[in-house]
Parts: sequence; structure tokens; C-alpha cells
Amino acid sequence: MSLRNENRKHLEGLCRKFRQDLIKLLHGIQTGHPGGSLSSAEIMTTLYYEKLNVNAKNAKDENRDRFILGKGHAAPMLYLILADLGFFPKEDLVTLRQLDSHLQGHPSAKTTNGIELSTGPLGLGLPAGLGIALAAKLDKKDYTTYVLMGDGELQEGIVWEAVMSASKFKADNLIVIIDNNGVQLDGTLEEIMPMGDIGAKWAAFGWNVLHIDGHDVGAISDAVDTAKTLKGKPTVIVARTVKGKGVSFMEGKSAWHGKPIGKDEYVTAMSELEVAL
Amino acid sequence: MTAVKRAIRDVYGDTLAQLGSENKNIIALDADVGSSSKSIVFGKAFPERYFNVGIAEANMVAMAAGFATTGKIPFANTFAAFMVLRAGDPVRSLIAYTNLNVKLAGTYAGLSDSYDGASHHSIADIAFMRSMPNMTVISISDPVEAELATRAAASYMGPVYLRLSRAEAPVIFDKKTYDYKIGKGVTLVDGSDLTIVATGYMLVKALEAAELLAKKGISARVVNIHTIKPIDRELLVECARQTGAIVTVEEHNVFGGLGSAVAEVLAMHQPVPIEIVGIEDTFAESGDYEKLLGKYGLQAANVVARAEKVVKRKK
Repeated sequence: MSLRNENRKHLEGLCRKFRQDLIKLLHGIQTGHPGGSLSSAEIMTTLYYEKLNVNAKNAKDENRDRFILGKGHAAPMLYLILADLGFFPKEDLVTLRQLDSHLQGHPSAKTTNGIELSTGPLGLGLPAGLGIALAAKLDKKDYTTYVLMGDGELQEGIVWEAVMSASKFKADNLIVIIDNNGVQLDGTLEEIMPMGDIGAKWAAFGWNVLHIDGHDVGAISDAVDTAKTLKGKPTVIVARTVKGKGVSFMEGKSAWHGKPIGKDEYVTAMSELEVAL
Repeated sequence: MTAVKRAIRDVYGDTLAQLGSENKNIIALDADVGSSSKSIVFGKAFPERYFNVGIAEANMVAMAAGFATTGKIPFANTFAAFMVLRAGDPVRSLIAYTNLNVKLAGTYAGLSDSYDGASHHSIADIAFMRSMPNMTVISISDPVEAELATRAAASYMGPVYLRLSRAEAPVIFDKKTYDYKIGKGVTLVDGSDLTIVATGYMLVKALEAAELLAKKGISARVVNIHTIKPIDRELLVECARQTGAIVTVEEHNVFGGLGSAVAEVLAMHQPVPIEIVGIEDTFAESGDYEKLLGKYGLQAANVVARAEKVVKRKK
């Protein structure tokens, strides 16, 4: 069922707030990755507030849906969401990347409540997510495993090992979303390592492929609903996004993959986010 | 030691299948070497719990990590060389880092896949695995240990690396009386002039060496260190104190393996002369297993020579 207008407005409001909070947080600590966090705001927000069956009060419920952040460097956005949902106190956020914090530079399942899998080295989220999905089938449980990946991440060879395996094992309870922002650390994908027709590649490996605008919360919601109806094969949702979305000088710029935010940049970014979106 | 020999991998495969019938949470994965690792025995018994991912070791180990997050007890199987070199990233980043309950069975360790050559030999796996925080590193010496160690690994909560040989090995231990405990070394032969500390298939060579040394009037104690991490510090310190000299023997590079682990402990707690018998930082080659062990310094005669040397160093 498509999102009702009020839900859509609610999600968009959350994304706007998370973007502001992200810029504040990363400006405050002078480290972390803004670009890929901003591009995935709508995807993660829509999943956590509309789709995932997760509950901070029962974080280890064995029937919960699993969300894995393959592109672990987008951890700040995930942390903002988990704190908002009560998985840990919001006051912890300012300790991100600092000594003695449970909030590691990349997600750590050992330290942070709500993190399902430690990620960071790219490409490991998908095969691990496949293991979880196959465990659900063995246990006859109907939860869904979601893996959010970067498009640059697709350059890791292990990704294609896992894409092959998910198809062989018919993991139709696994949904992959690709944050297709077209930019990686050293430049655009076109410059560094072109990925060509991403959807065609996954389709060739036997996956269902859906294409959406990754900043349209309604489209994200609809695509997940569709993916859940598709049986016999895993589904990938290729979500077209803009790296650094919402902050004009960051948009599409590889330099903002992971760069400290200066004082003037902070003021500009916050003023844009006040009025934009 | 009896004349009875059994392939360590056969015992491993049978034990894994037996464990599968005892605990439905045990699953197995393989990367297209199931007939070699013998995980296929489990696969035939429990096809729904067996995942052959093809020639994709890193993917296999990362999948195992995912399974473990749900409470499954995955046994991931491939050649020891590829467990470390191809799957090293998920071993570290997913399993060791989060202390996941995954069992990593590295078969064909050391030079035991002798004819396949240096490309398939595994002489760096102990060094890698023991430098992973949270990892327990177990090396298997005989068919009895193959069963007991596999069972112990399944019961243990946390990541375990099982180092398995391709070799047919003589039965050293008596299953009825062997009190196998992870982390506890075993004294097989008492002696007073030195202690030979061996692991894996080299335990057989250590026992042979002790007999040869006895004929020369040198009394060698023989200790089996099956758990290289956490290592049995208490026993090693006691042996060093009582015999005053140590020879370590392993089918691994002399850098980073058992010898290094023993030297680290004794340098800090009971410094005595140590000789490290292993592969001298070189790549071996194809050939008959026993001849290969001879050429690369891993036969009983090599252990004897180093024992005589270390005893002289005591004075």
C-alpha cells in the first residue's frame, strides 16, 4: 500500500531533521563521512520508520527484521536514527569516534545496541546478510534481511560471490538497496571504475531488479513492498541518489566523502537545510 | 602410539556429521572442497544445513558470520591457506571483531597437501589466526584429537580456528582416557634435560625424537600444545623451569607460529634457551609428504639435532 500523505510528510520531516543533526554532529567532531550519510537519509529513514519490524525495547527479538549497513561509513546517519528510536541515549551521539564511546567510526555490533553486524570493510555486509536470510529460512521465520550498499562498494569482488550465492540459494527474504550516488572516495564511478548498467548486472545473476529515485520516500516504500511480494529470487532496489544531498556545495562531490566541515561551510549548510527539502 | 593410522580429515568429517545429528543448530559451509575437507559427510546427512558456495572462500566465511548472528553454529571449511589468505578479511572484520561463534576448519595445513606444492601449502595460518583478537587456535595431532577437538570447538562459545592435516596420522591418544581441554597442554613423555613442545602432525616426530635422544642419553620431555591460543603458559613455564631448555616443533614458518608463541611466553616468564624447528622462512615444493618434511627440516632427526644443540646452550 502506498504511503499516505501524512506519513510521507512525516518521513520527509525526519530526513530534514536528520540532515541538520548530521551536519551539526560531524562539524562538532571534525571527522566522519557526510557525503554518503546524506545520500542515504531517505532510504534508511523510510526503512526504520515504515518498514522494519524492530523495537528498541526488545532489540534482540529473534523475529525482528535485520538491517545491515554494508556501506559502514554512513554510520552517522544510522546512529542518528537508532538514537531517535531509543536504541541508545541521544546524548551519546556527540561521543561518536571519540575514546571510550560505543559509537565507533564504523558500526560495531559488539558495542552498539541496534547494530546487527560490524561493517566498514566494503563488501562484507551482503554475504553476511545472505547468511542471516538463509538462517531465517532454516528456522522457518518470516523476517526480512535488508542490506544497504554503496555503488562504489560493488567494485569489491566478494560482492559478486555473494550475488551469485543469493541467487543459487533463492534468498527471496533478502532485499538489497543500492545507494547509487555515482561518487566514490577518489572521484565519480565513471572516472574511477565505471559500473555500467548496475541493474543489468544483477539481473544477469538472477536477481529481481527495481529502479527508483532514492530520495523519494514513497518510491522507496513502494519498492520494498513490491520486493516482498517477489518470490523465488532475491531483489535489489537500485536507488538513484545524490551524494551530499541537501547541501549544495557537497552534492556530487567526492571531496565530501569524508572531510571535516569548516565553520563557514557549517553555516552555509545549516542555512540551506533550514529552508530546503 | 599405535600402528593404527587414520586420515585426520575423515575423522573430522564423521565427527561433524555426528555433531549435526546431536545439534540442529550446527550448519556447515564449504567452498567446493567438500570431498577433500570431508564436510561432504555432513552435507550428505543434512543437505538442508549444508551450503556449498562454490569457489568463493571469503563469501563463505562472511555467510558463516551472518548465520552465527542468529544463533547457528557454522563450521566453514576450506584449505587452511585459503581460509587465511582468501577469507582473512571476514575472519578478522566480521568474526574476530564481533567475537562471533564461527568455527573455521582449515584443512590441508602445513605441507600436508604435499604434491600440490607451495601454492597450496599453509605455513602462515597460525601466525595470522593467533594475531586475531578473540580467536582460539587449535592444531590437531592425531585421529583421536580430531574428534575431541572438533567436539570441543562445537561446545565452545566463540570463534575457533581448527588446523587440520591432510595426512593419515598414527593414533597417539587413547580416546577413553584423554581429558582434552581447550587451552591445556598435555605431557606425553616425562624427561629432565629439555622439553620438546610440538603441535599437530609434528607431535609424532617429537615422540620419535625423544626415543632417539634417550638412546643418546638425553632425557627429553614431550609436550603437546594443541591449543596455540590461548597457550598453556603455566605448563610451559613449569617445563622451562624443570628442564631448562625448550625445542618447539611445528609445520609452519618459524616466524609467527608455535615457536614464536612459546618464546613470547618464556622470554617474559622463564627465560631459557629455545630452538624453533619449523619451515625456515621459505616456500617448499611438490613431493612425497615424508620426503618433503625431511628436505625442509621437519623429521625426527632434525628435532634431535636441535635438542642436542639446546642442551649444549644450557651450559
